[in-house]
Amino acid sequence: MTETLMPYDEALAQYEPVLGLETHVELGTASKMFCGCPTTFGAPPNTHVCPVCLALPGSLPTANATAIESTIRIGLALNCSIAGWCRFARKNYFYPDMPKNYQISQYDEPLCFDGYLDVEVDGETVRIEIERVHLEEDTGKSTHVGGSTGRIQGADYSIVDYNRAGIPLVEIVTKPIPGTDRLAPEVARAYATELREVMRSLGVSDVRMEEGSMRCDVNVSLMPRGSSEWGTRTETKNVNSLRSVERSVRGEIERQAAILAAGGRIIQETRHFHEDTGLTTSGRSKEEAQDYRYFPEPDLVPIEPDPEWVAQLKAELPELPSVRRRRLQAEWGVSDLDMAAMHNADAISLVEATVAAGAPAADARKWWMGELARRANEAGVPLAELAITPGQVARVTELVASGALNDKLARQVLEGVLAGEGSPDEVVAARGLQIVNDEGELSAIIDEVIAANGDAAEKIRGGKIAAVGALVGGVMKASRGKADAGRARELILAKLGVTE
Amino acid sequence: MSLIHQTAAELGRLIAAGETSAVEVAQAHLDRIAEVEPKVHAFLHVDPDAVLAQARAVDERRAAGERLGPLAGVPIAHKDVFTTADMPTTAGSKILEGWRPPYDATVTRRLREAGLVILGKTNLDEFAMGSSTENSAYGVTHNPWDLSRIPGGSSGGASASVAAYQAPLSTGTDTGGSIRQPAAVTGIVGMKPTYGGSSRYGLIAFASSLDTPGPFARNVLDAALLHEAFSGHDPMDSTSIDAPVPPVVEAARQASVDGLRIGVVKEFGGNGYQPGVLARFQEAVDLLESLGAKVVEVSCPSFTYALPAYYLIAPSECSSNLARFDAMRYGLRVGDDGTRSAEEVMALTRAAGFGPEVKRRIMLGTYALSSGYYDAYYGSAQKVRTLIARDFDAAFQQVDVLVSPTTPTTAFPIGERADDPMAMYLADLCTIPSNLAGNAAISVPCGLADEDGLPVGLQIMAPVLGDDRCYRVGAAVEKAFEDRWGGPLLKEAPAL
Ligand SMILES: [Zn+2]
Repeated sequence: MTETLMPYDEALAQYEPVLGLETHVELGTASKMFCGCPTTFGAPPNTHVCPVCLALPGSLPTANATAIESTIRIGLALNCSIAGWCRFARKNYFYPDMPKNYQISQYDEPLCFDGYLDVEVDGETVRIEIERVHLEEDTGKSTHVGGSTGRIQGADYSIVDYNRAGIPLVEIVTKPIPGTDRLAPEVARAYATELREVMRSLGVSDVRMEEGSMRCDVNVSLMPRGSSEWGTRTETKNVNSLRSVERSVRGEIERQAAILAAGGRIIQETRHFHEDTGLTTSGRSKEEAQDYRYFPEPDLVPIEPDPEWVAQLKAELPELPSVRRRRLQAEWGVSDLDMAAMHNADAISLVEATVAAGAPAADARKWWMGELARRANEAGVPLAELAITPGQVARVTELVASGALNDKLARQVLEGVLAGEGSPDEVVAARGLQIVNDEGELSAIIDEVIAANGDAAEKIRGGKIAAVGALVGGVMKASRGKADAGRARELILAKLGVTE
Repeated sequence: MSLIHQTAAELGRLIAAGETSAVEVAQAHLDRIAEVEPKVHAFLHVDPDAVLAQARAVDERRAAGERLGPLAGVPIAHKDVFTTADMPTTAGSKILEGWRPPYDATVTRRLREAGLVILGKTNLDEFAMGSSTENSAYGVTHNPWDLSRIPGGSSGGASASVAAYQAPLSTGTDTGGSIRQPAAVTGIVGMKPTYGGSSRYGLIAFASSLDTPGPFARNVLDAALLHEAFSGHDPMDSTSIDAPVPPVVEAARQASVDGLRIGVVKEFGGNGYQPGVLARFQEAVDLLESLGAKVVEVSCPSFTYALPAYYLIAPSECSSNLARFDAMRYGLRVGDDGTRSAEEVMALTRAAGFGPEVKRRIMLGTYALSSGYYDAYYGSAQKVRTLIARDFDAAFQQVDVLVSPTTPTTAFPIGERADDPMAMYLADLCTIPSNLAGNAAISVPCGLADEDGLPVGLQIMAPVLGDDRCYRVGAAVEKAFEDRWGGPLLKEAPAL
């Protein structure tokens, strides 16, 4: 079925969007939330399981103290209040990948509540209010075999991997976000990006969206311009990249606007995002809300964080990403635009480490955002996954500054390092990439080039100095790029008796 | 005296002294089981070879010079609601028929560490829901005093096995009275420890906030020895109390009430109570007074609401706890013919695997937790629970222990209440408050009712972590009654 869409500009002319985001982050604790099983990703199916996370009869959960600490740190980083006393709750529903057929979560007593996160979009700061941050457990992972949709309906059979069941999951829920207007997609993306950086700076999760360790559910509703009554919202699941967060909001605005403009009504439902089309499809046919029959988890004692301990955690929080960016921008003396570009390219930490290894900020930025960004793009990998360290990049900038390399040679050195040929110095040595500084050697090369290009030499002697470019090119070619082009030009002109 | 009639403490002493062996004691009990089990049906699983192997291992540990506890080599019957890695575990339900757990419950593990020899798994009401064992999917257990009557429940196999001398000790679990009521109606001792005093890890959950493992024995000291053997903090159970086990064995040996203040709960008595039960209870109160206790009447007005509160909280928790029985990972699977969805297989399995009482409670609990009803039902019940705990707190300001009949009636005939759930639920009227408040309570025999000649139990309730008081008072009552009766009450039971 093809959805009718209204062009984005037209949709925004008629309607105002209200956003909401629910983000799940898998915590990087060594063991699961309620048992001792390891949490490492990619193990053979059903090897990280035990009586507790398989919900064998008689087994009981015990709460992972590190996960509670990480959740409190997340809450503090998001400017939340921390509950003095709270409980886990059971969320009851039947599904084959949920071993107990209830999820241990939190309901009306979240561990952290009432916070905010500031994000920057188009140079403006937007404050996103955080409703709550709570701790729960992940489900297992179902694979539905056969059928066309990959969903449980219509599948021939399904297989379940319980390795993921019980991995600690933090859910971060925003309050409704009105007022973003046409920037709604960008705001959603900026929020997800900033949240991911906060998680990274806290070291609580590897936040890899493609592996599902950070997952966003995006709520969108529209209200007609001039109205103050919010519309019915939809919740889009399976949004597995930052780009998809942005696209899903845009797509949902276009879809809902078309329905509303045609006099239809929005159904409150879960929708699934499709990477290929950028559109969503209806997830659940039933309109009525499921009754999860929440009640306090009787198998676990309440959490009562000691206020002194919480104060200590707060004092020990690392520098948060936005604060750090402002500090680095001032230290490096770069423009808002350049800083934003580095942020979007995930290059800030790399540049920072390169500077720490001794490179000038401008050089570090130039290489990471130039040659290396181009190569990462070609290889289709994130910048951080290139096979080169900030220390190696710093060494290359040092070689250029000392005159041992020019930019062209430096690019060849980077290529060698990326190809696994060793450190920059090893690549220089192995490939013989040192600039020719021996005047005698250079002089001999120049004599050969002049001899081989008699016409050009005559033109220069005759005053057509512009023709020297061809001879310099010949020298660079003969030296395989290792000559210092400026010095070669001086020597050529001197040998031909011409002064500029 | 034959080995099966000895106390557990004496058996432990005889084995330690080398006067008998764990194997010999185990064989004597296996012989008794073979003899009377067809009449009693206390067990769901007995594997004689495995029992003798366990006994031999204990004898070998002792021969190797290992220092063992006072119950090493003593046999025990284990309620089939605790997981056992070497025996099937069914919880009395078809849905777990043939299931072999891959792990031992903490209680099971501690029994083994103490050198107890597990004779087998005892019958129970399905998932411990009931007061008669009539809800077991594997047949009813018969009361050794009168085979036409119920042995109590849910730990009816446990009580019957001890009363029938099939085992000197057994384990039970008490959610609303499932240890104390079976102990009372079979004339033995049954103790519900303080909630969190004994580990629930590996106990198949009925109602998590109420379930408490505890001991059965034919005398108070034996119960205390078993209590001490398997209780104490367990890091695998978040609700387990991180405190030393109260000095229960010492208290059982002390056996004195001199100077103690004892409160008679005013709300337990009158209509609905069998006259013979009330008469025996009054005798016990008089006895306590004659032993030097100061007896006063204490009012606990909220106890009146304990039963309805319990029948909201327990089903609510069970409706969630039993959701895991879904045919996906273990147990029964019905309708998996390749045409049905996972949801349909779940529904068919649960329809076929659960008995009517379990279904009734799952439905009650599902309803009570539903959106829109939660506050009126589950929420109100939790408030009542708080009030009951306050009543206990206030009472224990005035007295050291509270006493009441354990049950309103003696053992009723099998089938009499099977179709009347409300009548069945009344069996737990006096025992439920201690589950809701989490405090300790014990039932000790206090004679036979005049009408039917069947045992009556005296319930002694103590504050949270005051378990030792139950044993101290229980042992004093036991000693005085045995002096009066010329021996334990159980010698009055007819031969099987
Ligand atoms: Zn596990």
